[in-house]
Amino acid sequence: MNAAVLSLVLFTFLVGMAGLLVLLWSITRNRVTWQKTGATVIFDAGEIGTVEEPAGSASDVAALAESAHGRTASDGDRSADDILARREADRSSRTPALAFLGSAIVWLVIGSLYGVVSSLKMTFPDWLTGSAPLTFGRVRPIHLNAVIYGFASMGGIAVALWLMPRLVRTPLRGGRFAIAGVVVWNIGMVAGLLALAFGWTDGVEWLEFPWQIDALFVIGGALAGVPLLLTLRAKKVAHLYVSAWYLGAAFCWFPILFFVANFPGVHFGVEHATINWWYAHNVLGLWLTPMGLAIAYYFIPKVLGRPIYSYGLSLIGFWSLALFYSQVGAHHLIGGPVPTWLIGVSIVHSVMMAIPVLAVAINHHVTMRGRFGTLKHSPTLRFVVVGALMYTATSFEGCLESIRALNRITHFTHFTVGHAHMGLYGFVSMELFGAVYFMLPRLVDREWPYPKLIRAHFWLALGGLIVYVGALSIGGILQGLALLDKARPFLDSVHVTVPYLHARSVGGVLMTLGHFVFAYHAWAMTTGRGPVRTFAGRTPTLAKEVAS
Amino acid sequence: MNRLSVLIFGSVGVLLVTAMILVVMPYVQFMVVEPEEGLAPYTVEQARGRDVYVSLGCVYCHTQQPTDRVFAPDSERGWGRPSTPGDYVYDYPHQLGTMRTGPDLFNIGARQPSAGWHYAHLYNPRAVVPGSLMPAFPFLFEVKRELGPDDVKVDLPPEFAPKEGVVVAKPDAVALIAYLVGLDHTYPSQYLKYTSEQANLNNGAAQ
Repeated sequence: MNAAVLSLVLFTFLVGMAGLLVLLWSITRNRVTWQKTGATVIFDAGEIGTVEEPAGSASDVAALAESAHGRTASDGDRSADDILARREADRSSRTPALAFLGSAIVWLVIGSLYGVVSSLKMTFPDWLTGSAPLTFGRVRPIHLNAVIYGFASMGGIAVALWLMPRLVRTPLRGGRFAIAGVVVWNIGMVAGLLALAFGWTDGVEWLEFPWQIDALFVIGGALAGVPLLLTLRAKKVAHLYVSAWYLGAAFCWFPILFFVANFPGVHFGVEHATINWWYAHNVLGLWLTPMGLAIAYYFIPKVLGRPIYSYGLSLIGFWSLALFYSQVGAHHLIGGPVPTWLIGVSIVHSVMMAIPVLAVAINHHVTMRGRFGTLKHSPTLRFVVVGALMYTATSFEGCLESIRALNRITHFTHFTVGHAHMGLYGFVSMELFGAVYFMLPRLVDREWPYPKLIRAHFWLALGGLIVYVGALSIGGILQGLALLDKARPFLDSVHVTVPYLHARSVGGVLMTLGHFVFAYHAWAMTTGRGPVRTFAGRTPTLAKEVAS
Repeated sequence: MNRLSVLIFGSVGVLLVTAMILVVMPYVQFMVVEPEEGLAPYTVEQARGRDVYVSLGCVYCHTQQPTDRVFAPDSERGWGRPSTPGDYVYDYPHQLGTMRTGPDLFNIGARQPSAGWHYAHLYNPRAVVPGSLMPAFPFLFEVKRELGPDDVKVDLPPEFAPKEGVVVAKPDAVALIAYLVGLDHTYPSQYLKYTSEQANLNNGAAQ
């Protein structure tokens, strides 16, 4: 590294330090409060120690309360006002949240079928070769765009719309904007995926949708963001809970990323590659990760009835994520024709990501300490806590992967694909599934009809993921070692992966089966099918309402 | 944190400051990059072929960025010298790629200049590379009973050829192959120091 590189790394470091100093200043000026009360803002008076699990049966909830050292909702002593306010908040987002959620699940099923097809095509190259829309190079981006912009983004927006009113104790304002947003966004999805199938593409990974169609996502996303902003402005809480920062910030960040990266006619040559990976990694880091973390930060303490371990730590985690995650993108270009300083900056920040990850990990896992037995009894926690563990694991893997010596092996291989799935599926999707199991009973006021299907979904998702990531990690390393060995012919690096690619298909099929189970279950529940049982997790009913 | 303004301005501010480093500074630096002297702009046919390359998603399996030998033995594999920003000035959208399910293609035209080989390979990769896992692209070809005057005939080993008629490349295939055969960045780079080593790397690609 020459002097210019070093001075630039130093510059980024100084900017980061300056940012932290500004934050410290705001804390000393009481602009940002650091007190423990911030962690309890998601609980009503008298609610701490009370478990909340709408996805569990009566016996689940009782067992959950016992293993969480808490009590069931029935003996909570919340005031009537609090109960009514929560209920109003929960139901205020019903239509827009259900619309986003339903769309997300449809895109999940479509996207995972495309994923399975592209996986099989890697090992059966003469299968479905008859027409261009079915060639691997088109099926794969359809999979990615369907699950990222269809499932994960729309699912995240659904959760945000439902969660924000709860977080700020006020009904959702301007829900109609979000309903318009879901329509526009879905039109964008259909148009975009059809465009890809028929060969109209911007040709850049994660940014494939033609920019003319991207405009629909800008409009749809803005429409979905309006109610969140209106609701935030009408907040009735003294402190914004950490989940609200993550959700609010994600909605500020994503439009900037999307707009800058998709803007036509300004990018060129290698610069296009740098913007490409700045964007692609930030979609994960500044859009989907904040949503996943918002879910984990809310549901772990809420289900357990126990405030998050350290409010201050969550603050550090949030701002360091903003600072470091936004600069890691260029590690996708290590070894490429880009300036050394750019790669250096990204590697430094990829390693620095250990700080926010550690902050979040300590917070989540210490909150769970001594209560991991609750996973047996709470479907929500099972998904959310496993997702949080995956976040820790995948982030540390990412730190290591960015280091040059290891990156040489994994850079151009299937290992990266495995890593991406550990992050986007193991973490983001698991968090979304967990949140859906909690919020759907609140939205339709009904219990999940078939608890066995929740278990089936969980084990199919987790089992599929382990097979998937395990296979691609081993296969990817073998592929990378073969590529680095100049004595071995290139085809060796292809053949060595084949058994692992087959295994990956098996993992993908398992995950997809899980999605069918999930989709069927959610459909059966919202349309009122299946047995109706006592709804243990029902929002408490007031005595005066029972009387009337 | 109780102020909405701290959240909004803080989060947007952090992203903008970091974007100065990851977006604006590379932009400025790449803006002044001159094309490599040996680099020729694409012909109309090649540009059209590049569009086909983009629309078929070749980038998901093929990189176009030979790396330095300290990173990977690309030059020893005959993939050419490390690429420089000056090699890409005519490339939009970029197709650097991140995955090497297949080999790097930045100098495929130097490595494999035979259009006939490429046609057979595209029609069915296993016709010329046994054990290849690249998908076949039969939809870029048609089987005709008789060869027309302007038709590009594809020569195939008998076991891959249809029982009757001749395989003819459609215009998309012709353009795509024109692009691939034209992918040759083995000229010396003004950005890399021209050393005998660089010459050797290029010889590897031209063999």
